[in-house]
Amino acid sequence: MVGSSKLGYNNQGQKARSGFGLSSLSYRTQRIVIIVAFSLVPVLLLLTFSYLPVINMFKYSFTNWDGFSKHMTYVGFDNYRTIFTNPDYFSVFKVSLYYFFATFVQMALALYFATILSFNVFGKNAFKGILFFPTLLNGVAIGFIFLFFFKPDGTLDTLLQFLGLGSLSQKWLLNPNIINVSLAGASVWRYMGMNFIIFLGAISSIPKDVYEAADIDGANRWHQFIHIILPSIKRILQLNLILAVSGAIGVFDIPYIMTGGSNGSSTFVIQTVDVAFKYSKLGLASAMSVVLLFIVILVTLLQRVLVKEED
Amino acid sequence: MGLTLMAGLFSGCSSNNNEGNTTSEASSAPAASASASGTASPSDIKGDITVITQRTDIVDTVFKEYAAKFNEKYPNVKVNFEALANYEDQIKIRMNTSDYGDVLLLPTSVPIAQLPDFFEPLGDEADLSKQYTGLEERSVNGKAYGIPITINFSGIIYNKKIFSDAGITTVPKTIDDFTKALQTIKDKTQAIPLYTNYAAGWTLTQWEADLTTVAGDPDYVNITQVASDNNFVKGQPHYDLYKIMYDAAKNGLIEPDPTTTDWESSKSDLANGKIATMPLGSWAIGQIKGVASNPDDVGFMPFPTNASKVIVPLADDYNIGISVHSKNKEAARAWVDWFINESGYPTTEGGGMSPVKGAELPEILKQYEGTDVTFQTITPAKAGEEGLVDAIDKQAEIGLWQPDFKKRIIEAAIGNRKESFDDIMKDLNDKWTKARAEKVSSK
Repeated sequence: MVGSSKLGYNNQGQKARSGFGLSSLSYRTQRIVIIVAFSLVPVLLLLTFSYLPVINMFKYSFTNWDGFSKHMTYVGFDNYRTIFTNPDYFSVFKVSLYYFFATFVQMALALYFATILSFNVFGKNAFKGILFFPTLLNGVAIGFIFLFFFKPDGTLDTLLQFLGLGSLSQKWLLNPNIINVSLAGASVWRYMGMNFIIFLGAISSIPKDVYEAADIDGANRWHQFIHIILPSIKRILQLNLILAVSGAIGVFDIPYIMTGGSNGSSTFVIQTVDVAFKYSKLGLASAMSVVLLFIVILVTLLQRVLVKEED
Repeated sequence: MGLTLMAGLFSGCSSNNNEGNTTSEASSAPAASASASGTASPSDIKGDITVITQRTDIVDTVFKEYAAKFNEKYPNVKVNFEALANYEDQIKIRMNTSDYGDVLLLPTSVPIAQLPDFFEPLGDEADLSKQYTGLEERSVNGKAYGIPITINFSGIIYNKKIFSDAGITTVPKTIDDFTKALQTIKDKTQAIPLYTNYAAGWTLTQWEADLTTVAGDPDYVNITQVASDNNFVKGQPHYDLYKIMYDAAKNGLIEPDPTTTDWESSKSDLANGKIATMPLGSWAIGQIKGVASNPDDVGFMPFPTNASKVIVPLADDYNIGISVHSKNKEAARAWVDWFINESGYPTTEGGGMSPVKGAELPEILKQYEGTDVTFQTITPAKAGEEGLVDAIDKQAEIGLWQPDFKKRIIEAAIGNRKESFDDIMKDLNDKWTKARAEKVSSK
């Protein structure tokens, strides 16, 4: 059937007469019909759950909607004016800096483990599993695990005492100078696995004979890393960096679950959620989300431009 | 004071849940059938209804029993239940559609004035209030939109054994007495004098319910407060109320690390002598006694106050109402009436007072008869000012019923912030004054 219709004629005259079928169409039209039919569902899902809400968010950001009311009043750029004139809304970006620096720690660790585990080492697969495991966990569960971890006399303190470093233990979430470091640490633990697996994939795509040639030429592991691995995965490194940095700007789940943004750990997204749902200012919160969206776009573009200049 | 005696009686009463309340059910039943017979006879009412509840813990047990009992009277109504774990947030989002069940709890965050958009009026407030108390909280233009599922009273839940171990024989009444008692507990026992439950957050909002007690005036919350620009100034109830919190935290009378507290374990810690006091509502008493090795140790006292009259405020728990989009409003109404009057929920599972007028009072309240402690509902807002407190609060982003500024107070008290208590109060008052000007002028 398929073969015959592909050639544009029909060897089963009776069937063709009985009704309209896909096979009665030309190959070109069939291809279009099938492509449209298969992409309809994902495109519809994308439109319904990504683009429509974003469009609505833009719409809400110009109103003073409270989230319930049947009526919305158009207020123009008032919400944006509020955000940019009141320092309270922007000061929380300071907290993002902690996560920004944590990003580099996270990338370095991920790269380190990915490099080591791409060579033949003992228990390679077990370590891969262990490192990737946190990525599979739900963010809420991780929040609760780390609450126990950081508790006074919790896991971390016990561990430090066991190692004879008991003097280092302190109230990890109480001390305002430490809290964001603690939370960023939890965040690194959670997201490193993802970076790690991507790096590992990129590194294993490097042909083995390149290493062999390098070995023969007398290059040690460090040389191989600098001159073979790093240049080969540069693109992936950049991609991960962009993802991690925009992630750092939009930090939400770990601090929200663990501290609810208290004790100076609030981030811009937590503040947006508070404004929307605690104070019922959905219009203002939408404007904040739009601002965040633009910041992320800007950072991504900036990175693209900077990276291009290097090439 | 008859406090110890009172608490003993109360515990004896509340420990046997379903059985002990059959008498009060029976006594209130005639009132309900009278109201239902006005519309149609029970077997004429037909249809499927969905009841949405916040009680995930008992939806498959107690609520199923309720449905069976309900069907004895209304055989042609099928009742389905749906329980939401995070009721307030989840129902809010669903209410943007038309599918949010037939019978549900009125979310407290919906502005009162918008209730008619979402809920069916249950009748004239003037008529219904002959039958129920607490209707004024959720009434618009003389129509009642919800009936409280139980009436709570607020104050301090404490462990009597710790108090007697510390040598405190009389229950502290004034703010000074209370602070001294906390200090004594710290000096003489191992217990944490006052547990804030900072990490859970919502537990801190329980303090706001005691504003009436500190003010000593049932008018304060809805009438005096909205008329004043000086809501957080020294000498005002808000200042005094949260000064207690600040001083306790500053003097080390709270838990050593508030950021890692845990609500579930705090209940058993209070019940079993590790925590002396927690400011909460009556609804928590049953839960705490439930995990106590000796339930008689758990007591309730009014919040400390310097006012001459000790008023323990009575307030609605969630209100139950009917969706405007319900297709079986008669059946839904039958459930509402039955649930309030005949299920026994308000006193057993709800843990407070029944909203039905003339229903038997909990033992704990009877003990206060003849003392200087009065149990009273707070005065509703003046006509045209309904929901104004809430509107100002949200405009100002103060969050009277949110944990944020309470957390800020604790953080400042333990030295994590550079600001003092007066700085915080000044900031709140500035926000209040500004938002009040905007809201009052826009009316």
